[in-house]
Amino acid sequence: MAVEFSAPPVERSGAWEHFPHDADVGLRGRGATPAEAFEAAAHALTAVVTDASVEPRDAVRVTCEAPDLELLFVEWLNAIIYEMAARNMLFGRFAVRIEGARLQGTLWGEPIDVARHAPACEPKGATYTALKVGRQADGAWSAACVVDV
Amino acid sequence: MDPGRFTRVDPTTWRVEPTGAMRVPAIIYADDALIAGMDDKVFEQAVNVATLPGIVGASYVMPDAHWGYGFPIGGVAAFDADRGGVVSGGGVGFDISCGVRTMLTGLTVADVLHVQESLAESLFRQIPAGLGSEGAISLDASEMDAMLAGGAQWAVERGWGAARDLERIEEGGRMAGARPDFVSDHAKERQRRETGTLGSGNHYLEVQAVVEIFDAAVAGAFGLAQDDVLVTIHCGSRGLGHQIGTEFLKEMLAAAKEAGIELPDRELACAPIHSEVGQRYLGAMRAGINCALANREVLGHYARRVFTHFFPNCDLRLLFDVSHNTCKVESHRVDGKRRDLYIHRKGATRAFGPGHESLPAALLPVGQPVLVGGSMGTGSYVLVGDATSEARAFSSACHGAGRAMSRHAALRRWSGRQIVDDLASRGILIRSPSTRGVAEEAPGAYKDVDAVVAAAERAGLARRVARLRPLICVKG
Repeated sequence: MAVEFSAPPVERSGAWEHFPHDADVGLRGRGATPAEAFEAAAHALTAVVTDASVEPRDAVRVTCEAPDLELLFVEWLNAIIYEMAARNMLFGRFAVRIEGARLQGTLWGEPIDVARHAPACEPKGATYTALKVGRQADGAWSAACVVDV
Repeated sequence: MDPGRFTRVDPTTWRVEPTGAMRVPAIIYADDALIAGMDDKVFEQAVNVATLPGIVGASYVMPDAHWGYGFPIGGVAAFDADRGGVVSGGGVGFDISCGVRTMLTGLTVADVLHVQESLAESLFRQIPAGLGSEGAISLDASEMDAMLAGGAQWAVERGWGAARDLERIEEGGRMAGARPDFVSDHAKERQRRETGTLGSGNHYLEVQAVVEIFDAAVAGAFGLAQDDVLVTIHCGSRGLGHQIGTEFLKEMLAAAKEAGIELPDRELACAPIHSEVGQRYLGAMRAGINCALANREVLGHYARRVFTHFFPNCDLRLLFDVSHNTCKVESHRVDGKRRDLYIHRKGATRAFGPGHESLPAALLPVGQPVLVGGSMGTGSYVLVGDATSEARAFSSACHGAGRAMSRHAALRRWSGRQIVDDLASRGILIRSPSTRGVAEEAPGAYKDVDAVVAAAERAGLARRVARLRPLICVKG
């Protein structure tokens, strides 16, 4: 089923964080649903690369599938990493719809501008280390893993 | 971590006897301070690796080890294909064949100091570094396959390298058994414009000075003398290797389940060597090795161009090129018999001793150069493989200083601008597109490289030959 988005969603703040790993970076997103937590974690992924704002100029669609929500989260992050690398882009807005084992997402972003974005490091791949998707005590969803940089 | 969790065998050998699902012991080589400073996760990961089917000897850990994913960074493990042994993408890492090459310039520090600033600027402009940089080389489908099959030999044939380099590169510059047809279109797409790019994170190109010689005879055989200037490049297989690692991690999770292998950590996903997935990974991973070998050869060529511009008679000769994220079939003596084993080195350097058949004639009497990258401020080392190394850890040694602090913590503690200024006042010029990237790679975020290599030497993994101090560092 096609998923259409008429406009980029409003960017939420305070819904993601980085957590320490010896050599790499852990990232965690939170939201009212798994899809919102995945979107927030995608912001954390971009923040691994740059502190600068990323303009939502172009949209890229991705789809992924996995046998469970945790592996789907890794697939989602890896889909973004692939699009970043293959298109030489950064993404600043995200929309996710999850139906069963399938995720459909849209990434809005722009080509990397080295002077403006001053990219710090390049994510190589999302890993299964510290991988956790689940509900927290307050009922919110959290999605986390370590990304190799 | 608590040294009390180990049996101390000698001052630099710490052992965990097999318990539970462990098939072999775990052995960590480190001194008291290094082992106390390691994360508890290193213990856990070393023990987890010891549970994998077909593992031979022990799950070994080098003195620079830190928390990795599945395997510890600094982990070495050998598997016997005929005894149910496995190959693990996590045991190789995402940056397949990430490694280090060091080139001799024939110049001294005095020659370079008067052009240090302009040399730094030229290298920064000519060496594509960091996310968003693009190489000058764009590969179509047939050239991509030729590169993946040919490695550094391909680069030399295309005019981006020197034929005499090849004997100074592991596998003669071309990994046999590579299967470009096992590499996905996605992986090839990620690589299309990345050949001849440095990447980011801890990757760098450095101009270095030899500041201390530990073994004059070996240094002489390596062509190293006090005050000599060297060029060292640290990078790997770029987007292609990362994509192969990502895709096979997922496939190996299913393959392990199908083979009835119980994984203590999903990141240890693996497949029996004698399986369709295992063979496909090995073919793709070997293509990834060739990608890294080609990339470092091309970058070496770019460095040569810049040096020739400043010093027209300069002749950069390759000392050696080592990879520290690999799985390779090697013949090793185990319990008195030679066996062909699949040696995984995840953040560990091969360290063949004198007389090893793979070494070129000039290095045969002394052993293989082991190149250990430190941090921007503290410097690096050239070691040499020792005869004792095979019995210690299947001829392996450390690969770097090893991180002591997360990027997260480094970013909180240091400013990139301040680090660049501090190092400049000490005669070390840093060039990077990102000051935040510099802060994440702050010298203080790394272990004491002097202690790491001293522990490696005491443990019989490799011996110190020379210490290097950076003069210029181009970071991605």
